[in-house]
Amino acid sequence: MNTKYLFPLGAVAVAATLPGIGAAQEAGVEAAVHTGYIFTTLLFLMGGFLVFWMAAGFSMLEAGLVRSKNVAMQLTKNISLFAIASIMYWLVGFGIMYPAEWLVEGWLGPFFAITSLEPMGLADTETALDYASVGSDFFFQLMFCATTASIVSGTLAERIKLWPFLAFVVVLTGFIYPIEASWQWGGGWLSAAGFHDFAGSTLVHAAGGCAALAGAIILGPRLGKYSKDGKVNPMPGSNLALATLGTFILWLGWFGFNGGSQLAMGTISDVADVSRIFANTNMAAASGAIAALILTQVFYGKVDLTMVLNGALAGLVSITAEPLAPSLFLSLVIGSIGGLIVVLTVPLLDKIKIDDVVGAIPVHLFAGIWGTLAVVLTGGYTGEATLGAQLLGIASICGFVLISSAVVWLILKAVMGLRPSEENEMKGLDISELGMEAYPDFTKG
Amino acid sequence: MKLIIAAIKPFKLEEVREALTAIGVRGMMVTEIKGFGSQSGHTEIYRGAEYAVNFVPKVKLELVVSDGMADQVVETIQNTAKTDKIGDGKIFVLDVNSAVRVRTGETNDDAL
Repeated sequence: MNTKYLFPLGAVAVAATLPGIGAAQEAGVEAAVHTGYIFTTLLFLMGGFLVFWMAAGFSMLEAGLVRSKNVAMQLTKNISLFAIASIMYWLVGFGIMYPAEWLVEGWLGPFFAITSLEPMGLADTETALDYASVGSDFFFQLMFCATTASIVSGTLAERIKLWPFLAFVVVLTGFIYPIEASWQWGGGWLSAAGFHDFAGSTLVHAAGGCAALAGAIILGPRLGKYSKDGKVNPMPGSNLALATLGTFILWLGWFGFNGGSQLAMGTISDVADVSRIFANTNMAAASGAIAALILTQVFYGKVDLTMVLNGALAGLVSITAEPLAPSLFLSLVIGSIGGLIVVLTVPLLDKIKIDDVVGAIPVHLFAGIWGTLAVVLTGGYTGEATLGAQLLGIASICGFVLISSAVVWLILKAVMGLRPSEENEMKGLDISELGMEAYPDFTKG
Repeated sequence: MKLIIAAIKPFKLEEVREALTAIGVRGMMVTEIKGFGSQSGHTEIYRGAEYAVNFVPKVKLELVVSDGMADQVVETIQNTAKTDKIGDGKIFVLDVNSAVRVRTGETNDDAL
Protein backbone atom coordinates (compact mmCIF):
# COMPACT_ATOMS: atom_id res chain seq x y z
CA MET A 1 0.00 0.00 0.00
CA ASN A 2 1.48 3.34 -0.82
CA THR A 3 1.23 5.92 1.88
CA LYS A 4 0.43 9.03 -0.07
CA TYR A 5 -2.76 10.85 0.59
CA LEU A 6 -3.95 13.37 -1.92
CA PHE A 7 -6.95 15.31 -0.77
CA PRO A 8 -8.18 18.79 -1.42
CA LEU A 9 -6.87 20.38 1.78
CA GLY A 10 -5.28 23.07 -0.35
CA ALA A 11 -8.67 24.11 -1.59
CA VAL A 12 -9.98 24.30 1.96
CA ALA A 13 -7.12 26.52 3.05
CA VAL A 14 -7.51 28.89 0.12
CA ALA A 15 -11.25 29.17 0.62
CA ALA A 16 -10.87 29.86 4.33
CA THR A 17 -8.52 32.80 3.78
CA LEU A 18 -10.44 34.56 1.03
CA PRO A 19 -12.65 37.34 2.41
CA GLY A 20 -16.29 37.67 1.56
CA ILE A 21 -16.98 34.21 0.43
CA GLY A 22 -20.55 33.19 0.82
CA ALA A 23 -22.18 30.13 2.29
CA ALA A 24 -22.59 28.68 -1.18
CA GLN A 25 -18.86 28.50 -1.66
CA GLU A 26 -18.32 26.93 1.76
CA ALA A 27 -20.87 24.32 0.81
CA GLY A 28 -18.90 23.73 -2.37
CA VAL A 29 -15.71 23.08 -0.43
CA GLU A 30 -17.54 20.73 1.91
CA ALA A 31 -18.92 18.88 -1.09
CA ALA A 32 -15.41 18.51 -2.50
CA VAL A 33 -14.15 17.00 0.76
CA HIS A 34 -17.14 14.68 0.92
CA THR A 35 -16.56 13.62 -2.65
CA GLY A 36 -13.01 12.54 -1.86
CA TYR A 37 -14.20 10.61 1.19
CA ILE A 38 -16.96 8.94 -0.76
CA PHE A 39 -14.85 7.91 -3.72
CA THR A 40 -11.93 6.61 -1.69
CA THR A 41 -14.33 4.62 0.46
CA LEU A 42 -15.91 3.29 -2.73
CA LEU A 43 -12.47 2.31 -4.05
CA PHE A 44 -11.83 0.30 -0.88
CA LEU A 45 -15.21 -1.40 -1.07
CA MET A 46 -14.81 -2.35 -4.73
CA GLY A 47 -11.16 -3.31 -4.30
CA GLY A 48 -12.11 -5.29 -1.21
CA PHE A 49 -14.70 -7.41 -2.88
CA LEU A 50 -12.42 -8.04 -5.83
CA VAL A 51 -9.67 -9.22 -3.48
CA PHE A 52 -12.26 -11.26 -1.57
CA TRP A 53 -13.00 -13.06 -4.82
CA MET A 54 -9.34 -14.07 -5.02
CA ALA A 55 -10.16 -16.53 -2.23
CA ALA A 56 -12.42 -18.25 -4.75
CA GLY A 57 -9.58 -18.10 -7.28
CA PHE A 58 -7.13 -19.78 -4.92
CA SER A 59 -9.75 -22.40 -4.04
CA MET A 60 -10.40 -23.33 -7.67
CA LEU A 61 -6.72 -23.23 -8.65
CA GLU A 62 -5.80 -25.53 -5.77
CA ALA A 63 -8.82 -27.81 -6.25
CA GLY A 64 -7.76 -28.26 -9.87
CA LEU A 65 -4.08 -28.92 -9.18
CA VAL A 66 -4.48 -31.51 -6.40
CA ARG A 67 -5.45 -35.12 -7.05
CA SER A 68 -9.15 -35.92 -6.86
CA LYS A 69 -8.81 -37.76 -3.53
CA ASN A 70 -7.82 -34.49 -1.80
CA VAL A 71 -10.12 -31.96 -3.45
CA ALA A 72 -12.79 -31.74 -0.73
CA MET A 73 -10.06 -31.25 1.88
CA GLN A 74 -8.42 -28.51 -0.16
CA LEU A 75 -11.74 -26.68 -0.45
CA THR A 76 -12.38 -27.11 3.29
CA LYS A 77 -9.00 -25.58 4.09
CA ASN A 78 -9.63 -22.64 1.77
CA ILE A 79 -13.00 -21.59 3.13
CA SER A 80 -11.86 -22.19 6.72
CA LEU A 81 -8.69 -20.16 6.37
CA PHE A 82 -10.62 -17.23 4.96
CA ALA A 83 -13.06 -17.33 7.87
CA ILE A 84 -10.23 -17.59 10.41
CA ALA A 85 -8.41 -14.65 8.79
CA SER A 86 -11.59 -12.56 8.99
CA ILE A 87 -11.94 -13.14 12.73
CA MET A 88 -8.25 -12.94 13.65
CA TYR A 89 -7.80 -9.71 11.71
CA TRP A 90 -10.67 -8.15 13.63
CA LEU A 91 -9.51 -9.52 16.96
CA VAL A 92 -5.83 -8.54 16.76
CA GLY A 93 -4.49 -8.20 13.22
CA PHE A 94 -5.80 -4.79 12.16
CA GLY A 95 -4.75 -3.23 15.48
CA ILE A 96 -1.23 -4.64 15.19
CA MET A 97 -0.87 -3.64 11.55
CA TYR A 98 -2.07 -0.04 11.91
CA PRO A 99 -1.11 0.79 15.48
CA ALA A 100 -2.73 3.77 17.17
CA GLU A 101 0.09 3.38 19.68
CA TRP A 102 3.14 1.19 19.13
CA LEU A 103 4.19 -1.31 21.77
CA VAL A 104 7.72 -1.08 20.36
CA GLU A 105 8.00 2.02 18.20
CA GLY A 106 8.12 1.08 14.50
CA TRP A 107 8.41 -2.66 15.19
CA LEU A 108 5.46 -4.00 17.13
CA GLY A 109 1.89 -2.78 17.45
CA PRO A 110 -0.44 -3.37 20.39
CA PHE A 111 -1.87 -6.84 20.96
CA PHE A 112 -5.61 -7.28 21.34
CA ALA A 113 -6.63 -3.90 20.01
CA ILE A 114 -9.99 -5.12 18.77
CA THR A 115 -11.26 -3.27 15.70
CA SER A 116 -14.38 -1.18 16.08
CA LEU A 117 -16.11 0.76 13.31
CA GLU A 118 -17.56 4.25 13.12
CA PRO A 119 -21.02 4.67 14.65
CA MET A 120 -23.93 4.31 12.26
CA GLY A 121 -24.32 7.31 9.99
CA LEU A 122 -21.14 8.84 11.42
CA ALA A 123 -23.50 10.30 14.04
CA ASP A 124 -22.14 12.86 16.51
CA THR A 125 -18.49 12.28 15.68
CA GLU A 126 -15.65 14.39 14.50
CA THR A 127 -14.74 11.99 11.71
CA ALA A 128 -11.70 12.91 9.68
CA LEU A 129 -12.91 13.07 6.10
CA ASP A 130 -9.49 13.17 4.48
CA TYR A 131 -9.26 9.41 3.85
CA ALA A 132 -11.98 6.75 3.84
CA SER A 133 -14.32 5.09 6.30
CA VAL A 134 -12.80 2.73 8.86
CA GLY A 135 -15.26 0.05 7.76
CA SER A 136 -14.00 0.13 4.17
CA ASP A 137 -10.36 0.32 5.22
CA PHE A 138 -10.71 -2.65 7.59
CA PHE A 139 -12.67 -4.63 4.99
CA PHE A 140 -10.05 -3.98 2.29
CA GLN A 141 -6.99 -4.71 4.46
CA LEU A 142 -8.57 -7.88 5.83
CA MET A 143 -8.67 -9.35 2.32
CA PHE A 144 -4.90 -8.98 1.96
CA CYS A 145 -4.41 -10.81 5.22
CA ALA A 146 -6.56 -13.70 3.98
CA THR A 147 -4.64 -13.77 0.68
CA THR A 148 -1.39 -14.35 2.55
CA ALA A 149 -2.89 -17.44 4.18
CA SER A 150 -4.35 -18.71 0.88
CA ILE A 151 -0.84 -18.88 -0.57
CA VAL A 152 0.23 -21.36 2.12
CA SER A 153 -2.57 -23.87 1.63
CA GLY A 154 -1.64 -24.69 -1.98
CA THR A 155 2.00 -25.53 -1.30
CA LEU A 156 1.20 -27.86 1.60
CA ALA A 157 -1.76 -29.55 -0.08
CA GLU A 158 -2.48 -33.29 0.04
CA ARG A 159 -0.30 -34.13 3.06
CA ILE A 160 -1.12 -31.87 6.02
CA LYS A 161 -3.92 -32.54 8.47
CA LEU A 162 -6.71 -30.00 8.69
CA TRP A 163 -6.38 -28.80 12.28
CA PRO A 164 -2.63 -28.13 12.48
CA PHE A 165 -2.95 -26.23 9.21
CA LEU A 166 -5.77 -24.10 10.61
CA ALA A 167 -3.83 -23.55 13.83
CA PHE A 168 -0.99 -22.14 11.73
CA VAL A 169 -3.43 -19.88 9.91
CA VAL A 170 -4.54 -18.43 13.27
CA VAL A 171 -0.98 -17.37 14.06
CA LEU A 172 -0.18 -16.23 10.51
CA THR A 173 -3.25 -14.03 10.08
CA GLY A 174 -3.42 -12.77 13.66
CA PHE A 175 0.25 -12.05 14.25
CA ILE A 176 2.94 -12.91 11.68
CA TYR A 177 1.39 -11.06 8.73
CA PRO A 178 0.14 -8.02 10.69
CA ILE A 179 3.51 -7.55 12.42
CA GLU A 180 5.61 -7.60 9.25
CA ALA A 181 3.07 -5.54 7.31
CA SER A 182 3.04 -2.89 10.08
CA TRP A 183 6.74 -2.28 9.46
CA GLN A 184 5.83 -0.84 6.05
CA TRP A 185 2.14 -0.09 5.67
CA GLY A 186 1.59 0.73 9.34
CA GLY A 187 4.27 3.41 9.08
CA GLY A 188 6.92 1.38 10.88
CA TRP A 189 10.69 1.25 10.62
CA LEU A 190 10.83 -0.24 7.13
CA SER A 191 8.85 2.58 5.52
CA ALA A 192 11.15 5.02 7.33
CA ALA A 193 14.09 3.15 5.78
CA GLY A 194 12.77 3.95 2.29
CA PHE A 195 11.38 0.53 1.33
CA HIS A 196 8.80 0.50 -1.48
CA ASP A 197 6.10 -2.14 -1.82
CA PHE A 198 2.99 -0.65 -3.39
CA ALA A 199 0.52 -3.52 -3.05
CA GLY A 200 2.52 -6.31 -1.47
CA SER A 201 4.92 -8.27 -3.71
CA THR A 202 6.95 -8.80 -0.54
CA LEU A 203 4.55 -7.95 2.30
CA VAL A 204 1.82 -10.29 1.06
CA HIS A 205 3.20 -12.60 -1.62
CA ALA A 206 6.79 -13.27 -0.60
CA ALA A 207 5.60 -13.44 3.03
CA GLY A 208 2.99 -16.07 2.15
CA GLY A 209 5.60 -17.86 0.06
CA CYS A 210 8.05 -17.88 2.98
CA ALA A 211 5.44 -19.29 5.36
CA ALA A 212 4.72 -21.96 2.73
CA LEU A 213 8.41 -22.71 2.19
CA ALA A 214 9.05 -23.17 5.93
CA GLY A 215 6.02 -25.47 6.07
CA ALA A 216 7.05 -27.48 3.00
CA ILE A 217 10.53 -28.12 4.38
CA ILE A 218 9.28 -29.18 7.81
CA LEU A 219 6.37 -31.19 6.44
CA GLY A 220 8.30 -33.05 3.74
CA PRO A 221 7.07 -34.09 0.30
CA ARG A 222 3.97 -36.12 -0.54
CA LEU A 223 4.44 -39.88 -0.33
CA GLY A 224 5.81 -41.14 -3.62
CA LYS A 225 6.61 -37.71 -5.04
CA TYR A 226 10.34 -38.40 -5.13
CA SER A 227 11.76 -41.90 -5.68
CA LYS A 228 14.80 -43.05 -3.74
CA ASP A 229 16.92 -42.75 -6.88
CA GLY A 230 16.06 -39.07 -7.05
CA LYS A 231 13.44 -39.37 -9.77
CA VAL A 232 10.56 -36.90 -9.68
CA ASN A 233 7.13 -38.50 -10.04
CA PRO A 234 4.58 -36.02 -11.32
CA MET A 235 1.14 -36.14 -9.73
CA PRO A 236 -1.10 -34.49 -12.32
CA GLY A 237 -3.91 -32.28 -11.08
CA SER A 238 -7.48 -33.49 -11.04
CA ASN A 239 -9.15 -30.74 -13.04
CA LEU A 240 -7.37 -28.23 -15.23
CA ALA A 241 -10.64 -26.52 -16.11
CA LEU A 242 -11.04 -25.52 -12.46
CA ALA A 243 -7.37 -24.52 -12.27
CA THR A 244 -7.84 -22.25 -15.28
CA LEU A 245 -11.02 -20.74 -13.86
CA GLY A 246 -9.15 -20.12 -10.60
CA THR A 247 -6.38 -18.31 -12.44
CA PHE A 248 -8.83 -16.05 -14.27
CA ILE A 249 -10.58 -15.27 -10.97
CA LEU A 250 -7.24 -14.35 -9.38
CA TRP A 251 -6.39 -12.20 -12.40
CA LEU A 252 -9.72 -10.36 -11.99
CA GLY A 253 -9.23 -10.00 -8.25
CA TRP A 254 -5.79 -8.53 -8.78
CA PHE A 255 -7.29 -5.36 -10.27
CA GLY A 256 -8.73 -4.70 -6.83
CA PHE A 257 -5.55 -5.81 -5.12
CA ASN A 258 -3.32 -3.37 -7.00
CA GLY A 259 -5.87 -0.75 -8.01
CA GLY A 260 -7.31 -0.42 -4.52
CA SER A 261 -3.79 -0.01 -3.14
CA GLN A 262 -3.71 3.49 -4.63
CA LEU A 263 -5.62 4.18 -1.37
CA ALA A 264 -7.24 7.28 -2.80
CA MET A 265 -9.73 8.10 -5.51
CA GLY A 266 -10.85 11.59 -4.56
CA THR A 267 -8.98 13.53 -7.23
CA ILE A 268 -8.57 13.29 -10.97
CA SER A 269 -4.92 12.37 -10.55
CA ASP A 270 -5.80 9.50 -8.24
CA VAL A 271 -8.51 8.10 -10.44
CA ALA A 272 -6.21 8.31 -13.46
CA ASP A 273 -3.53 6.48 -11.48
CA VAL A 274 -5.99 3.73 -10.56
CA SER A 275 -6.72 3.20 -14.24
CA ARG A 276 -3.02 3.18 -15.03
CA ILE A 277 -2.55 0.47 -12.39
CA PHE A 278 -5.33 -1.65 -13.91
CA ALA A 279 -3.74 -1.49 -17.36
CA ASN A 280 -0.24 -2.26 -16.10
CA THR A 281 -1.49 -5.13 -13.94
CA ASN A 282 -3.25 -6.72 -16.89
CA MET A 283 -0.18 -6.31 -19.08
CA ALA A 284 2.10 -8.03 -16.57
CA ALA A 285 -0.28 -10.98 -16.24
CA ALA A 286 -0.53 -11.34 -20.01
CA SER A 287 3.21 -11.20 -20.53
CA GLY A 288 3.84 -13.69 -17.70
CA ALA A 289 1.47 -16.14 -19.36
CA ILE A 290 3.05 -15.65 -22.80
CA ALA A 291 6.55 -16.11 -21.39
CA ALA A 292 5.55 -19.46 -19.83
CA LEU A 293 3.69 -20.46 -23.00
CA ILE A 294 6.73 -19.92 -25.20
CA LEU A 295 9.31 -21.24 -22.74
CA THR A 296 7.53 -24.54 -22.02
CA GLN A 297 7.13 -25.09 -25.78
CA VAL A 298 10.84 -24.46 -26.30
CA PHE A 299 12.09 -26.41 -23.27
CA TYR A 300 9.73 -29.39 -23.35
CA GLY A 301 8.37 -29.54 -26.89
CA LYS A 302 4.82 -29.11 -25.61
CA VAL A 303 3.05 -26.28 -23.83
CA ASP A 304 2.29 -27.03 -20.16
CA LEU A 305 -1.02 -25.38 -19.24
CA THR A 306 -0.30 -25.50 -15.51
CA MET A 307 2.88 -23.52 -16.11
CA VAL A 308 1.03 -20.97 -18.25
CA LEU A 309 -1.41 -20.48 -15.37
CA ASN A 310 1.50 -20.07 -12.94
CA GLY A 311 3.16 -17.71 -15.42
CA ALA A 312 0.16 -15.37 -15.47
CA LEU A 313 0.11 -15.33 -11.67
CA ALA A 314 3.86 -14.73 -11.49
CA GLY A 315 3.41 -11.76 -13.84
CA LEU A 316 0.77 -10.40 -11.48
CA VAL A 317 2.94 -10.89 -8.40
CA SER A 318 5.88 -9.22 -10.18
CA ILE A 319 3.99 -6.02 -10.96
CA THR A 320 2.43 -5.77 -7.50
CA ALA A 321 5.36 -4.00 -5.84
CA GLU A 322 5.02 -1.10 -8.29
CA PRO A 323 2.04 -1.23 -10.64
CA LEU A 324 1.76 2.54 -11.05
CA ALA A 325 5.07 3.93 -12.24
CA PRO A 326 6.02 1.58 -15.12
CA SER A 327 4.94 2.15 -18.70
CA LEU A 328 2.91 -0.57 -20.37
CA PHE A 329 6.07 -1.77 -22.09
CA LEU A 330 8.01 -1.94 -18.84
CA SER A 331 5.08 -3.81 -17.26
CA LEU A 332 5.38 -6.31 -20.10
CA VAL A 333 9.07 -6.78 -19.35
CA ILE A 334 8.53 -7.11 -15.59
CA GLY A 335 5.69 -9.60 -16.03
CA SER A 336 7.50 -11.75 -18.57
CA ILE A 337 10.53 -12.09 -16.31
CA GLY A 338 8.07 -13.29 -13.65
CA GLY A 339 6.87 -15.96 -16.09
CA LEU A 340 10.47 -16.93 -16.84
CA ILE A 341 11.22 -17.29 -13.12
CA VAL A 342 8.34 -19.73 -12.70
CA VAL A 343 9.35 -21.94 -15.62
CA LEU A 344 12.92 -22.09 -14.35
CA THR A 345 12.26 -22.55 -10.63
CA VAL A 346 9.40 -25.07 -10.55
CA PRO A 347 11.75 -27.91 -11.68
CA LEU A 348 14.47 -26.48 -9.45
CA LEU A 349 12.38 -26.94 -6.30
CA ASP A 350 11.72 -30.54 -7.34
CA LYS A 351 15.47 -31.08 -7.68
CA ILE A 352 15.99 -30.17 -4.02
CA LYS A 353 12.91 -32.23 -3.08
CA ILE A 354 10.74 -29.38 -1.88
CA ASP A 355 7.24 -30.45 -2.85
CA ASP A 356 5.15 -27.40 -3.79
CA VAL A 357 1.88 -28.82 -5.11
CA VAL A 358 0.61 -25.72 -6.93
CA GLY A 359 3.84 -23.80 -7.54
CA ALA A 360 3.08 -21.16 -4.91
CA ILE A 361 6.72 -20.71 -3.87
CA PRO A 362 7.96 -19.84 -7.39
CA VAL A 363 4.89 -17.69 -8.09
CA HIS A 364 4.59 -15.80 -4.81
CA LEU A 365 8.05 -15.91 -3.23
CA PHE A 366 10.46 -15.88 -6.17
CA ALA A 367 8.41 -13.63 -8.46
CA GLY A 368 7.58 -11.50 -5.39
CA ILE A 369 11.27 -10.90 -4.75
CA TRP A 370 11.79 -10.08 -8.42
CA GLY A 371 8.89 -7.63 -8.42
CA THR A 372 10.19 -5.91 -5.31
CA LEU A 373 13.62 -5.49 -6.90
CA ALA A 374 12.05 -4.32 -10.18
CA VAL A 375 10.74 -1.22 -8.35
CA VAL A 376 14.27 0.12 -8.73
CA LEU A 377 13.79 0.22 -12.53
CA THR A 378 11.43 3.15 -12.12
CA GLY A 379 12.34 4.25 -8.64
CA GLY A 380 8.72 3.62 -7.68
CA TYR A 381 5.92 6.19 -7.82
CA THR A 382 8.01 8.49 -5.63
CA GLY A 383 11.11 7.99 -7.79
CA GLU A 384 13.12 7.37 -4.63
CA ALA A 385 13.31 3.59 -4.35
CA THR A 386 16.84 2.26 -3.95
CA LEU A 387 18.24 -1.21 -4.40
CA GLY A 388 19.60 -1.17 -0.85
CA ALA A 389 16.24 -0.36 0.71
CA GLN A 390 14.50 -2.98 -1.45
CA LEU A 391 16.99 -5.65 -0.43
CA LEU A 392 16.63 -4.64 3.21
CA GLY A 393 12.86 -5.01 2.99
CA ILE A 394 13.02 -8.41 1.28
CA ALA A 395 15.65 -9.75 3.69
CA SER A 396 13.96 -8.51 6.85
CA ILE A 397 10.45 -9.64 5.94
CA CYS A 398 11.50 -12.99 4.47
CA GLY A 399 13.82 -13.59 7.41
CA PHE A 400 11.13 -12.76 9.96
CA VAL A 401 8.40 -14.79 8.27
CA LEU A 402 10.65 -17.80 7.56
CA ILE A 403 11.88 -17.99 11.14
CA SER A 404 8.61 -17.26 12.90
CA SER A 405 6.74 -19.67 10.62
CA ALA A 406 9.32 -22.39 11.12
CA VAL A 407 8.99 -22.01 14.90
CA VAL A 408 5.21 -22.27 14.70
CA TRP A 409 5.35 -25.28 12.35
CA LEU A 410 7.85 -27.06 14.63
CA ILE A 411 5.71 -26.39 17.72
CA LEU A 412 2.62 -27.70 15.92
CA LYS A 413 4.57 -30.75 14.75
CA ALA A 414 5.64 -31.51 18.31
CA VAL A 415 2.26 -30.81 19.89
CA MET A 416 -0.27 -32.27 17.46
CA GLY A 417 1.66 -33.70 14.50
CA LEU A 418 1.36 -32.29 11.00
CA ARG A 419 0.95 -35.33 8.77
CA PRO A 420 -1.75 -37.95 8.54
CA SER A 421 -0.67 -41.60 8.74
CA GLU A 422 0.80 -43.05 5.56
CA GLU A 423 -2.30 -45.14 5.04
CA ASN A 424 -4.57 -42.12 5.40
CA GLU A 425 -2.43 -40.09 3.02
CA MET A 426 -2.62 -42.86 0.42
CA LYS A 427 -6.39 -43.11 0.86
CA GLY A 428 -6.66 -39.40 0.40
CA LEU A 429 -7.54 -36.76 2.97
CA ASP A 430 -11.11 -36.51 1.66
CA ILE A 431 -12.04 -39.97 2.88
CA SER A 432 -9.62 -40.30 5.79
CA GLU A 433 -10.22 -36.91 7.43
CA LEU A 434 -13.56 -35.71 6.12
CA GLY A 435 -15.34 -38.94 5.24
CA MET A 436 -16.55 -37.37 2.01
CA GLU A 437 -15.32 -36.97 -1.52
CA ALA A 438 -15.43 -34.05 -3.90
CA TYR A 439 -16.28 -36.40 -6.76
CA PRO A 440 -18.08 -39.39 -5.20
CA ASP A 441 -19.29 -40.73 -8.55
CA PHE A 442 -15.85 -41.05 -10.08
CA THR A 443 -13.53 -44.03 -9.88
CA LYS A 444 -10.62 -43.58 -7.47
CA GLY A 445 -7.61 -41.85 -8.96
CA MET B 1 -22.13 -69.16 -28.60
CA LYS B 2 -18.96 -67.13 -28.55
CA LEU B 3 -17.87 -64.23 -26.35
CA ILE B 4 -15.89 -61.76 -28.39
CA ILE B 5 -13.71 -59.33 -26.43
CA ALA B 6 -12.11 -56.51 -28.39
CA ALA B 7 -9.88 -53.70 -27.14
CA ILE B 8 -9.89 -50.90 -29.69
CA LYS B 9 -8.93 -47.25 -30.04
CA PRO B 10 -11.61 -45.12 -28.35
CA PHE B 11 -12.28 -42.89 -31.37
CA LYS B 12 -13.16 -45.98 -33.44
CA LEU B 13 -16.03 -47.03 -31.17
CA GLU B 14 -18.85 -45.35 -33.03
CA GLU B 15 -17.67 -46.64 -36.41
CA VAL B 16 -17.37 -50.19 -35.09
CA ARG B 17 -20.82 -50.01 -33.50
CA GLU B 18 -22.37 -48.91 -36.77
CA ALA B 19 -20.62 -51.68 -38.75
CA LEU B 20 -21.68 -54.34 -36.23
CA THR B 21 -25.27 -53.13 -36.15
CA ALA B 22 -25.29 -53.29 -39.95
CA ILE B 23 -24.43 -57.00 -39.91
CA GLY B 24 -27.15 -57.76 -37.37
CA VAL B 25 -25.47 -57.56 -33.97
CA ARG B 26 -28.20 -56.63 -31.46
CA GLY B 27 -26.23 -55.86 -28.33
CA MET B 28 -22.83 -55.25 -26.83
CA MET B 29 -21.17 -54.14 -23.63
CA VAL B 30 -18.66 -51.28 -23.69
CA THR B 31 -16.14 -50.28 -21.01
CA GLU B 32 -13.53 -47.55 -20.95
CA ILE B 33 -10.25 -49.19 -20.01
CA LYS B 34 -6.53 -48.50 -19.87
CA GLY B 35 -3.85 -50.98 -20.75
CA PHE B 36 -0.73 -51.69 -22.74
CA GLY B 37 0.28 -54.07 -25.48
CA SER B 38 2.99 -53.88 -28.07
CA GLN B 39 2.36 -50.13 -28.34
CA SER B 40 3.63 -49.86 -24.73
CA GLY B 41 3.46 -46.46 -23.12
CA HIS B 42 5.11 -43.15 -23.90
CA THR B 43 6.61 -40.31 -21.87
CA GLU B 44 5.12 -36.90 -21.14
CA ILE B 45 6.30 -33.86 -19.19
CA TYR B 46 4.26 -32.34 -16.33
CA ARG B 47 5.57 -29.20 -14.67
CA GLY B 48 9.11 -29.88 -15.85
CA ALA B 49 9.29 -33.51 -14.75
CA GLU B 50 9.20 -36.38 -17.24
CA TYR B 51 6.91 -39.28 -16.51
CA ALA B 52 5.90 -42.48 -18.26
CA VAL B 53 2.33 -43.01 -19.41
CA ASN B 54 2.35 -46.81 -19.02
CA PHE B 55 -1.32 -47.40 -19.66
CA VAL B 56 -3.00 -46.10 -22.77
CA PRO B 57 -6.77 -45.47 -22.88
CA LYS B 58 -8.76 -48.01 -24.91
CA VAL B 59 -12.37 -49.08 -25.24
CA LYS B 60 -13.28 -52.67 -24.51
CA LEU B 61 -16.21 -54.29 -26.36
CA GLU B 62 -17.78 -57.50 -25.14
CA LEU B 63 -20.40 -59.25 -27.27
CA VAL B 64 -21.90 -62.71 -27.19
CA VAL B 65 -23.03 -64.00 -30.60
CA SER B 66 -24.14 -67.31 -32.08
CA ASP B 67 -21.38 -69.63 -33.32
CA GLY B 68 -22.28 -69.01 -36.93
CA MET B 69 -21.87 -65.26 -36.62
CA ALA B 70 -18.60 -65.12 -34.70
CA ASP B 71 -16.19 -65.07 -37.62
CA GLN B 72 -18.10 -62.33 -39.40
CA VAL B 73 -18.16 -60.18 -36.25
CA VAL B 74 -14.43 -60.59 -35.67
CA GLU B 75 -13.73 -59.71 -39.30
CA THR B 76 -15.96 -56.63 -39.12
CA ILE B 77 -14.33 -55.34 -35.95
CA GLN B 78 -10.88 -55.93 -37.38
CA ASN B 79 -11.63 -54.16 -40.64
CA THR B 80 -13.36 -51.21 -39.01
CA ALA B 81 -11.02 -50.60 -36.07
CA LYS B 82 -7.91 -50.84 -38.18
CA THR B 83 -5.76 -47.73 -38.73
CA ASP B 84 -2.57 -49.60 -39.71
CA LYS B 85 -0.79 -47.84 -36.86
CA ILE B 86 0.54 -49.44 -33.69
CA GLY B 87 -2.03 -49.59 -30.88
CA ASP B 88 -5.07 -50.65 -32.92
CA GLY B 89 -5.90 -53.26 -30.29
CA LYS B 90 -6.70 -56.98 -30.01
CA ILE B 91 -9.67 -59.32 -30.41
CA PHE B 92 -10.23 -62.46 -28.35
CA VAL B 93 -12.86 -65.17 -28.87
CA LEU B 94 -14.06 -67.45 -26.05
CA ASP B 95 -16.66 -70.20 -25.78
CA VAL B 96 -19.79 -69.38 -23.80
CA ASN B 97 -21.61 -72.12 -21.84
CA SER B 98 -25.02 -70.60 -21.51
CA ALA B 99 -27.02 -67.39 -21.72
CA VAL B 100 -30.31 -66.32 -20.13
CA ARG B 101 -32.52 -63.36 -20.97
CA VAL B 102 -33.52 -61.90 -17.60
CA ARG B 103 -36.99 -60.68 -18.62
CA THR B 104 -38.33 -63.86 -20.30
CA GLY B 105 -36.09 -66.67 -19.10
CA GLU B 106 -35.25 -67.60 -22.72
CA THR B 107 -31.91 -69.39 -22.92
CA ASN B 108 -28.84 -69.61 -25.14
CA ASP B 109 -29.26 -68.46 -28.79
CA ASP B 110 -32.83 -67.32 -28.07
CA ALA B 111 -31.49 -65.07 -25.35
CA LEU B 112 -29.03 -63.23 -27.57
